[in-house]
Amino acid sequence: MGSKHTLTIPGRYEKIQQVCHFVAQGAVQAGLGESAVFHIELACDEACTNVIEHAYGGEDVGEIEVSWQVTGKQFVLTIHDHGRPFDPSEVLPPPDYSDPETGPLNNSRTGGLGVHFMRKLMDEVTFHFDGEGNTVTLVKKITGEVKRKA
Amino acid sequence: MSNSTLNISTENYKRAAVITVSGRVDSSNAAEFDAALKNALAEGHHNLVIELSGVNYMSSAGLRAIVAAHRESHKKGGDVCLASPSERVAEVLSLAGLQSVFTVYPDTLAAVGSF
Repeated sequence: MGSKHTLTIPGRYEKIQQVCHFVAQGAVQAGLGESAVFHIELACDEACTNVIEHAYGGEDVGEIEVSWQVTGKQFVLTIHDHGRPFDPSEVLPPPDYSDPETGPLNNSRTGGLGVHFMRKLMDEVTFHFDGEGNTVTLVKKITGEVKRKA
Repeated sequence: MSNSTLNISTENYKRAAVITVSGRVDSSNAAEFDAALKNALAEGHHNLVIELSGVNYMSSAGLRAIVAAHRESHKKGGDVCLASPSERVAEVLSLAGLQSVFTVYPDTLAAVGSF
């Protein structure tokens, strides 16, 4: 099991890019390819945005602790906050945009994309509330199709 | 790892406004992108072309701005189409199931000419 790398940022949208770069650098170090690195960066972005929007209910309410670790053949990313419980089952899936009935012309709802993206981009996504905060764990399998370190 | 800056410019043509976007679109600057699209619509351009070849990163926050502009444009009898989205943007559109909602053109000229 590799060592755990952690970065804590204030819960502010402009800080998310910093933590995305931190995580993307870790994914590159882990030998993941360009596409997988992009998926991890985007999933991290969506998870941190969700923390600010849902767990904290706005910017500058609390901190976000982001950690990554390589365990066996997995890149494991955790995002921890001290906000109110976030229940992903309460988040409606995004509308089916290809269906005229539920598409964007007949439906002003645009939420739900963040959790949808996390689930599509990563191999495992779990949400846990421990009484003091939420932890989202995002796992990307390190497959054979990786960019080897020089 | 993508470029951090967001650049937006608007050019007005007879039949459409072209909004050219480059850089990174995420939750920190999606409001700026949303405002540029809304401004073009408010100025009477009901048809919008969003040129995306220079966008190297877009999160769901950016997509929400495009979807909102699409809805507002249709309310005014117009449409929104996309010109030359980068590979990353095309992937994000597909992830959201939006690839069939927007007509995508290979370049701005073809997109403007479609109106």
